[in-house]
Amino acid sequence: MTDGWRHSEGPFAWRRSLWLAALLTPALVVMVLFVLWPLLSAFRFAFYEFNGLRPSGFIGLENFRQVLFEKPYSDWTWNALKHNVIAFLALMLFENGTAFLIAFALLKALPGHRVHQVIVFLPVVLSAVIVGFLWKLFLHPLFGLVNQLLGLVGIGAIPWLGNENTALGSILFANIWHWLGFPTLVLLAGMQRISKDVLEAARLDGAGDYALMTKIVWPLIAPSVTIVTILTFIGSFNWFEIPYVMAGLTGSPGGSTDVLGLYFYRTAFGSTTTGIQDFGQGSALAVLMFILVAGVTAIALRYLRRREIEQ
Amino acid sequence: MRDRGETIRNGAIQLLLAVNAVIMVYPLFVMVTSSFKTNAEIFSSPLSLPTHFSTANLEKVWTETNFVRYLANSVGITAASVALILLFSTLAGYAIARYRFRLSSLVLMFFLSGMTVPLKLAIIPLFIQLDTLGLVDSYLGLVLVYVAMGIPSAVFIMTGFLRTLPRELEESARMDGASELRIMWSIMLPLARPALVIVAIQNAVPIWNDFFFPLVLITSDNLKTLPQGLTVFVGEFTTDWGVLFTGLTLAALPITLLYIVLSKQFISGITQGAVK
Repeated sequence: MTDGWRHSEGPFAWRRSLWLAALLTPALVVMVLFVLWPLLSAFRFAFYEFNGLRPSGFIGLENFRQVLFEKPYSDWTWNALKHNVIAFLALMLFENGTAFLIAFALLKALPGHRVHQVIVFLPVVLSAVIVGFLWKLFLHPLFGLVNQLLGLVGIGAIPWLGNENTALGSILFANIWHWLGFPTLVLLAGMQRISKDVLEAARLDGAGDYALMTKIVWPLIAPSVTIVTILTFIGSFNWFEIPYVMAGLTGSPGGSTDVLGLYFYRTAFGSTTTGIQDFGQGSALAVLMFILVAGVTAIALRYLRRREIEQ
Repeated sequence: MRDRGETIRNGAIQLLLAVNAVIMVYPLFVMVTSSFKTNAEIFSSPLSLPTHFSTANLEKVWTETNFVRYLANSVGITAASVALILLFSTLAGYAIARYRFRLSSLVLMFFLSGMTVPLKLAIIPLFIQLDTLGLVDSYLGLVLVYVAMGIPSAVFIMTGFLRTLPRELEESARMDGASELRIMWSIMLPLARPALVIVAIQNAVPIWNDFFFPLVLITSDNLKTLPQGLTVFVGEFTTDWGVLFTGLTLAALPITLLYIVLSKQFISGITQGAVK
């Protein structure tokens, strides 16, 4: 890798440097101003008390102590965290489980499989705000599509979003509808990389579809499963838009749909009801969320990568 | 026997795919058809097709709301952000891919590490930073945030692609005395078009759909983007479902049409990075 200016040392070297600097500067400046600096500040701010928009004094770990151990903040934090964990587990099971089945069905490349690929991915390109509002209307207890359809088979009106027991599940359903196409096509891409010879050989040995799916395809797509798992984890812990749109800023009813993203937003930018905002506590929450996501991702990557090698 | 088993299995697979397709498409179909219905029609017979195609809802959305303004804002902000991402990351990627210089790998590392940063979590300092620069509640502030978010992976893709272009073209142009700028602009960049399309789609979709950053950074109604505007709109027309479905349909329309035309590029752009 050399470039044409290698003979132009000496008098022309400065022109080369200037040219390279001109190419790199715009991107670097934006990154330093709007990624590097905010990120470093995010960690620093977590240790400060805030007076409005400006940090007013260093208070050590006080913000962390409040959000983790002091009521009522700690109750809110743990309640939200619990829902993030539930969301992650539910999405792994229902969203990625369904995605695996559909990907396996698409792998067969039966007539119409390309149309099905386009269809399953269609909701992915829509804004979460559209998806959230659409399902909020559909889940309306009296006039919503879901209860109208269930009414046809004699099931009575269920207040999906109004009941603490069904609200989180309903929101998760909308989220699965929105994102299903993503893991489906990622897993499909993984399956399509399995060599035809391997699949053919298994077939000749008399392996049925089920054996093929569990014994050959599943282990061989381990790298795709790793990526889908990690992205689901990151997505579950940064979850914000759909809960915000469908359940509101406080995770109604009764905090049963509150997640860390909502709680963080309320803390940092004030809820509509209280109007109180605290950048210090908000920063502490952001740092904790960052450490949680980055830490678990790093550990999971090591564990999942090892699984890939063993297979 | 074997053939019959195969037929049943394939039938089961087609059934699974068909059921899934109905679940994916039917809600959107109801959304579109409901937008032509009156409120009374939606409430009394939600499952039936509209009896006559009324455009009253459409007129209401067009004239009584700020919808067109939100749409225009989204188009402008997305276009400006994507254009700047393409420009900045192509320039940087070109420098890293086509020249040898001392800090080259360090610079690339710096960009790549940006890919792992969830910028949402740095929203507080970002907000303060933009406030200091007087950019809160402005197009420019929002665009700069999107550009910063898009650059890392864009530099990654552009660098990777530009590295694969053959040296010979560049060398012979240099022999002919072409300037470096000219070599980059008229010889190398036209070849990079496929990568530019991927980068454009990969960034345009999440920016067009984004809700979080406008929610925090934009407060004036005239500057609001489409997803953000929808929340205003839904707040105003809570009980007028005909208008709500129309608004959702209109908001979904541009990107859906584009997706149907460019589905291949959309899918590879959005799953890019997860399917390596």
